[in-house]
Amino acid sequence: MQPDETMPAQEIDDRALAAHVPRLRRYAAALVGNMTEADDLVQDCMEKALANRHSLRDPSRLGGWLLSILHNLHVSGLRWRRRRGPEVDVADFADDMALSAPPADRGAVRDFVRAFEQLSEEHRKILLLTGLEGLSYREVAEVLEVPIGTVMSRLARARERLRVLMEGGEEQVLRRIK
Amino acid sequence: MTDRKEEPVTDADLHAWLDGELPDERRVAVERHLQADADAARRLAAYRDQRALMAKAFGPLIDRPLPDALKPPFGRRRPGWGGGRTWAALAVAASLLLFVAGGAAGWLARGWAEPTPTTTRAFVADAVTAHRVFVVEVRHPVEVGADQEEHLVTWLGKRLGKPLKAPRLSARGYDLVGGRLLADGGGPAAQLMYQDATGRRITLYIRPSSDPADTAFRFSRDGSVQAFYWRDNGLAWAVTGDLDRASLSGIAEEVYGALNS
Repeated sequence: MQPDETMPAQEIDDRALAAHVPRLRRYAAALVGNMTEADDLVQDCMEKALANRHSLRDPSRLGGWLLSILHNLHVSGLRWRRRRGPEVDVADFADDMALSAPPADRGAVRDFVRAFEQLSEEHRKILLLTGLEGLSYREVAEVLEVPIGTVMSRLARARERLRVLMEGGEEQVLRRIK
Repeated sequence: MTDRKEEPVTDADLHAWLDGELPDERRVAVERHLQADADAARRLAAYRDQRALMAKAFGPLIDRPLPDALKPPFGRRRPGWGGGRTWAALAVAASLLLFVAGGAAGWLARGWAEPTPTTTRAFVADAVTAHRVFVVEVRHPVEVGADQEEHLVTWLGKRLGKPLKAPRLSARGYDLVGGRLLADGGGPAAQLMYQDATGRRITLYIRPSSDPADTAFRFSRDGSVQAFYWRDNGLAWAVTGDLDRASLSGIAEEVYGALNS
C-alpha cells in the first residue's frame, strides 16, 4: 500500500532530507570516487533515514546523523564488494572532476583526485569532513564517534600522506583496488 | 594552569591554525614558528593547496542535476525501468491500453489537439536532424557498437542521469547497430541506431526532460522522415525513420512497451 502522500509529517521529513541531498551526494562521490555508486549510496541513505526517522531526537543534528548513516551503509557495501572483488577505475572519475574545473586548473585537479582516491577510507573521510564540509573538529569527532585528539592526529597524518602522494608523482596512482 | 603562549609549537598547532581552530593566545607563537621554520611553512603551504584543490575538484559536484531517485518522495521507488515503476508511468501504460482499445485515430487526435510547446518542437527537430546526419554514415554510424551493448547503455545512462536500456526491436525486424552521445541545446542526448536486413535504419533519440509530466505519443513529419515522440519517466524519446507511419507507430509502441516491461 502507498503511504498517504498528504501526511504533513511525511512531507516535512522529505523536504528536510531533500535539502541535504546535494551536499551528501557531493560528499559520497568524493568519498567513493564513483558517481553511480555515490548515487546508490545516497538513495539508500535517504531510505534508511526515513525508516529510522523517529530515532533522531535532535533535528538540528540531521546533517551529522545522515553522514553517520551514509558511513555505515558504505562500510557494509564495501564488505559486499570486497567479496566480489571488482576494481574501480579512479582515472575516469578524476577526468570527470577535471572537466568541471576551470581549464587552467584541470591538470592539477586531475592529479589531486587521483592522489586523493589513493588514500585510505579513514583519511579521505577526515579530509572531506574538515576541508569540504567545513565541519569543526568537535563536529567531526561527533560524526566519526572518536575523541577530538584522534581527529587532530588523524587529520595531520592524512594531510601528510596526501602531500607525499602528490609530490611523489602520479604514475602509480591510476587504480585503487577495493 | 600553564601559560599556553609559551609552549612549543606542535604539528597539531599548525593544523589547528590552518583550520581556524587555534586558540587566539597561540596564534602569535605559531606565526613566529612558521617564519623561523621554512620546512614547516612549506608543508603548511602544501596542506593549504590541498584544501584549495579539494574545493576545486569536488565543489562543483553540488551543482550537478540530481537523478530522480535522489528527489523526494524517498523510499518508495527504485531507479530502473523494470523494478519499481512510478505511478505516472503506470498511468501512461493505462492510457496506452485505452489507445489500443480506442483505436489509433482517437489517440493521435488527442496528441494533435494539445498545443506543442516550443521545447518539444525543438526536441523533435533535433532528433530528426541527428537522424539525418547519422543514418547515412557508412563507416562510423555509431560511436559504440552493439557488440558492447552493456557498456553503451551504462555510459549513455550515466550521461543522461537515468538508467537506460536499448529496447529489443527484432520482432519488427530491426537490430541494434549501436549508439552515440550527442549534445543539443538542452545538454547531453543519446542516439541509438537500429537497422533491418535491407539496411534501412531507424534511430531512437533520448534526452533528459525537465518537464516531469509524461505525455502521449505525438507524431511529426519532416519531408520523408517521420517521428513519434513522447515523454516518459523523465526522459524525452523520439523514434525517427524514413518509413510509413503505421510501421513507425508499431515500432514506437514496441519501444514504449520494452521500456516499461
